[in-house]
Amino acid sequence: MKEKNLPIRQQKEIMKNLWEYLADYRFMIILTLVLSVLIVAGTLYVPIVIGRVIDQLRPGMTDIKPIMKYLICIGVIVLLTAIAQWLLNVINNNVTTEVVRDIRRDAFERIQILPLSYLDRHPVGDLVSRLMTDTDQLADGLLMGATQLFTGVATIVGTLVMMLRLSWSITLVVVLLTPLSLFVASYIAKHTYDLFKSQSEVRGEQTALVDEVLGNEKVVRAFGRQEEMVGRFEEINDRWFDISLKALFYSSLTNPCTRFVNAVVYALVALTGGFAVISGKMTVGLLAVFLSYATQYTKPFNEISSVVTELQNAIACAGRVLEIIHEKPQPADSLAAKELADAEGRVDCSGVRFSYDPQQKLIEDFSVHVSPGQNVAIVGPTGCGKTTVINLLMRFYDVKSGSISVDGTDIRDLTRRSLRSCWGMVLQDTWLSSGTIRDNIKMARPDATDEEMVKAARAAYADSFIMRLPYGYDTYIEEDGGMLSQGQKQLLCITRVMLALPPMLILDEATSSIDTRTEMKIQSAFIKMMEGRTTFIVAHRLSTIRNADRILVMREGNIVEQGTHESLMALGGFYAELVGNVS
Amino acid sequence: MKRLLPYLKNYRKECILAPVFKMLEAVLELFVPLVVAAMIDKGMGLSNRKYLVMMTALLLFLALVGLTVSIIAQFFAARAAVGFATGVRSALFRHLQRFSYTQIDSMGTSTMITRMTSDITLAQNGVNMVLRLLLRSPFVVLGAMIMAFTIDVWSAFLFVAVIFALSAAVFLIMNYHIPMMQQVQKRVDALTQTVRENLKGVRVLRAFVKEQDQIGRFRSKNEALLSAQKKTGMVAGLLNPLTYVIVNLGIILLIRTGAVQVGRGRLTNGQVVALYNYMSQILIELIKLANLIVTVNKALAGARRIADALAMPAIEPQKLTEANYLEQVEGAAAVSFENVSLTYQGAGQAALCDITFSASDGQIIGIIGGTGCGKTSLVNLIPHFYEATGGSVKIYGRDVRDYTEQQLLSMIAVVPQKAVLFAGSIADNLKWGNDHADDHAMLEAVGIAQATDVVSAKGGLEGMVEQNGRNLSGGQKQRLTIARAVVGKKPILILDDSSSALDMATDRRLRDAIAALKPRPLTFIVSQRTTSISHADLILVMDNGRIVGSGKHEMLLESCEVYREIYDSQNAPMQGGQAV
Repeated sequence: MKEKNLPIRQQKEIMKNLWEYLADYRFMIILTLVLSVLIVAGTLYVPIVIGRVIDQLRPGMTDIKPIMKYLICIGVIVLLTAIAQWLLNVINNNVTTEVVRDIRRDAFERIQILPLSYLDRHPVGDLVSRLMTDTDQLADGLLMGATQLFTGVATIVGTLVMMLRLSWSITLVVVLLTPLSLFVASYIAKHTYDLFKSQSEVRGEQTALVDEVLGNEKVVRAFGRQEEMVGRFEEINDRWFDISLKALFYSSLTNPCTRFVNAVVYALVALTGGFAVISGKMTVGLLAVFLSYATQYTKPFNEISSVVTELQNAIACAGRVLEIIHEKPQPADSLAAKELADAEGRVDCSGVRFSYDPQQKLIEDFSVHVSPGQNVAIVGPTGCGKTTVINLLMRFYDVKSGSISVDGTDIRDLTRRSLRSCWGMVLQDTWLSSGTIRDNIKMARPDATDEEMVKAARAAYADSFIMRLPYGYDTYIEEDGGMLSQGQKQLLCITRVMLALPPMLILDEATSSIDTRTEMKIQSAFIKMMEGRTTFIVAHRLSTIRNADRILVMREGNIVEQGTHESLMALGGFYAELVGNVS
Repeated sequence: MKRLLPYLKNYRKECILAPVFKMLEAVLELFVPLVVAAMIDKGMGLSNRKYLVMMTALLLFLALVGLTVSIIAQFFAARAAVGFATGVRSALFRHLQRFSYTQIDSMGTSTMITRMTSDITLAQNGVNMVLRLLLRSPFVVLGAMIMAFTIDVWSAFLFVAVIFALSAAVFLIMNYHIPMMQQVQKRVDALTQTVRENLKGVRVLRAFVKEQDQIGRFRSKNEALLSAQKKTGMVAGLLNPLTYVIVNLGIILLIRTGAVQVGRGRLTNGQVVALYNYMSQILIELIKLANLIVTVNKALAGARRIADALAMPAIEPQKLTEANYLEQVEGAAAVSFENVSLTYQGAGQAALCDITFSASDGQIIGIIGGTGCGKTSLVNLIPHFYEATGGSVKIYGRDVRDYTEQQLLSMIAVVPQKAVLFAGSIADNLKWGNDHADDHAMLEAVGIAQATDVVSAKGGLEGMVEQNGRNLSGGQKQRLTIARAVVGKKPILILDDSSSALDMATDRRLRDAIAALKPRPLTFIVSQRTTSISHADLILVMDNGRIVGSGKHEMLLESCEVYREIYDSQNAPMQGGQAV
């Protein structure tokens, strides 16, 4: 039982949050309400006029002039109603698409300030599905709600008033029976909400799988694992079939059931109306009006109920997007946060403790003091926490205890923006955005001129391969670099940093995919770049390490040795062991 | 579109029964105005109360049968629609699994995800609504018209005119609406791509403080989508008001001619009411039909995109038969390249030119050269990942084209440049290399790959790997991908620059372990470090898609300039100017 109550409370919460978005458009919503009332008034008035006309029809009647007056009146009302209808449709469409635009925007902007720990935990496909597919379904639901809910309610109220004016006894028949329709509809809606929610979960699960598999399709093929992937896909797909069939079937029961109730109401109105006509209390024309009212009165119940089903689904979807928006962002830069400008490059890590998973220790006590302009190489066996140090220096993650400071200021007291712009970073995982080569390079410094860009590319030895691409710097590359080789991508990443020339550098395996001949060439450019800049290099190559002013030897999250190449070799410890194995 | 129809075949029964039951429902509804007309003329006109009660009972009976029939129809429609969507989704996924490397290069993951999710949902709705309404609505419309003919021919012609005008209006609006919908979908795709890309590159973007730029980029695409949606809404919103006007004009004319007919005694009041009811029914059904057309349009657009994806030629899986079972050619080299060249689709320059060499069982072949010189392209030809554009690649004396994919993969294990693991346990991942590997075999492979510490850090073989191996470092992933390849004990092993993230000591131990394997596989080591390949039996030095030197380490140092340069760049003396 508890489980059933929870979603409803959640639904209310979600609806409250949704309203915050809708509130911006309240004037439009009010206008929608006014239009709805006008439309309903128009559609309700037309049958009355028609009823009056029908009552005037008699055998032997020759003069149709009095009728013409009515007919023109009908024509005018119909035209006005139609215009109001069009306006209503347009406004509703605009409001819902704008609300969804706002929600997408907020979700996207929230993602920009969410801590990386959140993003690292959620598959890309899942987040994309929330931002795109769920919002789409929300739009559908809202649009249906807006177009049909108000007019529906207004029609019910309007018809009720009109019917009461015509005959209270027949109205009673209608009013007593219609709650049945509502009851049926709400019963169905309640039972389909959970189904829609699980459907949306299964969809997320499948999207995550598809994203993983298609994104790495080459590996899947290389191991001939297509069948296994298909198997995993089919397993989810089968579950989707089951849940989807249930959701679709149960929700589609609403229409037939409410239509049945309506048909019963219609029949009983015809009966009681017929008796009234026989006893002279009513005319045939009025009965025709009543019958058309009886259908109009119950039709909105149909619509409202199908809107409710659709809204259930929409709310489930909205919940998933809003969850992103309400996720706690990384702590904002404090008001007192300082701007780091033209950093000198003194970096001090004191007693840093950090781990991704509280259960698993990683960095326990990391202290190092780097003076401006020093080149620091971090070496150590794989998995010893080198990459984590970069995560901390860039403030992708915050230290659990201890502190890291730049130029004497704790980096938590600096704005992230200024801290990160003082670092130039080349990561192992080369990422390029879809766009031209030019866009990608200038990402580092959008105001750079083409000359500066080409100069940077030459310095990074990227110019020659770029010029061989079909359109040179204007070649459009797909997401993730497409046809570029890993090494070419890395050269572009280096070019980016070359162009920006920030005061401090982080190079993670920066040259791992570049051949040493090219590397040798860039190395001199690098050295020029590193001159006077504090640099952290995670590298495995002796050639890179040897030049460092200082080498930090890491093991299991801690610095076990530090010094220059010579001093460490002389020490004959862990470093010497690492290097010794090579030569 | 035809491509998708087969997926409805399994639901042929449902596809026939759903509309048939819907049609039954419609027939029942068409009787209602007739019954009511009879009630007015015979019951009320003649003050016959008993007749009224009987007719009411008839109405109730019709409603009850209608309910039953329609629930059955909804069930069949839902079953067919969901079954169709499930089938198409599965077919699309299977199809994508048969793409060649060339196609994978050009396939956009985000577009394919849209195909697989929202497009298929659209198609599902389409099938569902078509089954429910396609027969019902036209049937009600035509039925109402026929009923009108039975009542009064002159009025019936009005019905014909109204139906014609309504169809014209609907057609006209749709004509504008469809292209607009396609525009909307394009913009949805563009927006999806932006979101995906942003999530994938979040570290780099944050490092460059590009959050605001990205927000700007997202906003402009979001706004572009909005404006397309608004335009579409203006046109789509015309449908209901326009049909409302047309039907009511019809009613006005109907009453006008009806008035004359009643005056002449040719029609009764009850009949005019019945005609009026039929006209209203036509409106209701046509609105449903118009909404159906919107849904169907969306569905068709989605279906077209799915069909396009399905139409991309995929590799037909070959079945291993006696006919294509190949005897190994006696004495042939394990792998040989004869004047092989390769030009990628759409590329101007050849990636490989005139490659010739041969390698025999157990040898270690080193492949070295600069970035983009064709090393990866070369090894990718061995398992037939790409089709050579010239010459021939042979394995045990037979052209790779003559083997089935399965046969090739049973002989060749690859460690790709990009270390990729999949969500699941470590054991699940290792079994990619060999389904039948037991714990012992897996641990052995892990040992060879120098990954024992990785496995124990994750809590053994059952330790979990997150999606894309997010919970592992680059080096850890690389070692596990090596273990995954080694566990298969296949005669040919390809290591494509797969120790780049390993420190030198680990790399050394790894090479030694592989060299010590018994029987030793024919191992291709692609690398940029001379140290990784100096022990090879044959080193191929590549530059710009060509082999510029081949032989052993010492020999190449003497004879191959490119090789010497590479070597010097990595082993230059420490002192003496800027040596590194």
